[in-house]
Amino acid sequence: MTWRTATVVGLHDETPTARTLALVVRDWPGHVAGQHVDVRLMAADGYSAVRSYSIASAPNSDGRIEITVERLPTGEVSPYLTQDVVVGDELELRGPIGGWFVWRSDQTESIQLVAGGSGIVPLMAMLRSRSSAGSGAPFRLLYSAREPGAVFYRDELRALSNQGDLVVITYAYTRVTPKDWPRPAGRIDASLIATGTWPSTLRPTSYVCGPTSFVEHATDLLIAVGHDRERIKTERFGATGERK
Amino acid sequence: MAIISRGFSGRRSVADAKLPPGQYLTIDFPVLSAGPTPHISLDRWEFTIDDGSNVLKRWDWKSFRELPSETITTDLHCVTRWSKLGTSWEGVSLDVLLADVKPDLPYAMFRSYGDYTTNLPVKDIINKQAWIAFKYDGADLEPEHGGPARLLVPHLYLWKSAKWVNGMTLMPHDKPGFWENLGYHIYGDPWREQRYSEE
Repeated sequence: MTWRTATVVGLHDETPTARTLALVVRDWPGHVAGQHVDVRLMAADGYSAVRSYSIASAPNSDGRIEITVERLPTGEVSPYLTQDVVVGDELELRGPIGGWFVWRSDQTESIQLVAGGSGIVPLMAMLRSRSSAGSGAPFRLLYSAREPGAVFYRDELRALSNQGDLVVITYAYTRVTPKDWPRPAGRIDASLIATGTWPSTLRPTSYVCGPTSFVEHATDLLIAVGHDRERIKTERFGATGERK
Repeated sequence: MAIISRGFSGRRSVADAKLPPGQYLTIDFPVLSAGPTPHISLDRWEFTIDDGSNVLKRWDWKSFRELPSETITTDLHCVTRWSKLGTSWEGVSLDVLLADVKPDLPYAMFRSYGDYTTNLPVKDIINKQAWIAFKYDGADLEPEHGGPARLLVPHLYLWKSAKWVNGMTLMPHDKPGFWENLGYHIYGDPWREQRYSEE
């Protein structure tokens, strides 16, 4: 798999700690929603560091991709990508990588997305892919964030959910809720799964992405209400993992 | 074609010198799994060895735990780029499990609860290179890390160390398992950085 030159063409802060980088990648072969890329940084003396980041953007044919990077205070690559990179910089990148945690626009079944924190990124690519392909697949997203200010893609998600009842988004907050929010802050639970996700009788395909503890908890809840474990795909990241 | 990242110097540690190319050191224990964590009760756990047509060996949890075990201290290298040094395990060596099997078939496909599979050459799982591990850091192996028992083949990338393992099929020819079918390398040597199938 070859390293390609990616030029930074846009930067956008999603939250105080997360930034989206728009990149134009030379000879980009195209991707499928849910895949990720490796990004390589190189110091002047040849030392290099590589981390994987999920692609946030929908598949397209113009060689442009977006990644959203959450800054980890002790991270090696994420502080550079979220604070030091400017438009016009070139990065080395390879991919797309991953053929399992993907949604293809010819899938017609109901889709349940479950995001914990920055686990929203590959799921956003799926929502965007659904829109750009004109898919009629029914999607639901259950998005658990620390607090309202930690939600990525807020305006775009609101616009998606206002287009009809084929994209339904439910938010959950673990630390701080908006004012007058009906549900107290806390991690997702059985009652939220009951109201915020497709019933298991619909046999949706589920994609669950987030920190390991979140994914373990969310998949246990889905299985407890009858979802087939074969229809649940997961992607986890650890406390120090910069994946996503 | 290397591009210098202006102003980037990295966070290097002395320990990085011991790491395979492209890896970074972590002190926690991240998890890579494709699906939900299966929770397997010990009274229905089993491990079998077959040759594709006949079951050659079968253990339940009790007979498996009566086998001689050893402690293993080893470094782990995950394809997602973290490495963890000096981890401590207890498990049964594949040399014990294969002692009276006399494998003349050169490849093995390991399989797990949850339908995961991964392929390995038999030469990589004999001679003190592979274990079925049931304890990590002195405690029973937790389900999210592959408990009650997982394969441990620490000289290869960690996806080869199948979690929730429940058997192996000996094969005349190599064939790809789950991740190997999805673009990951057929062998997976971290020191040669064999991450993806094109490498």
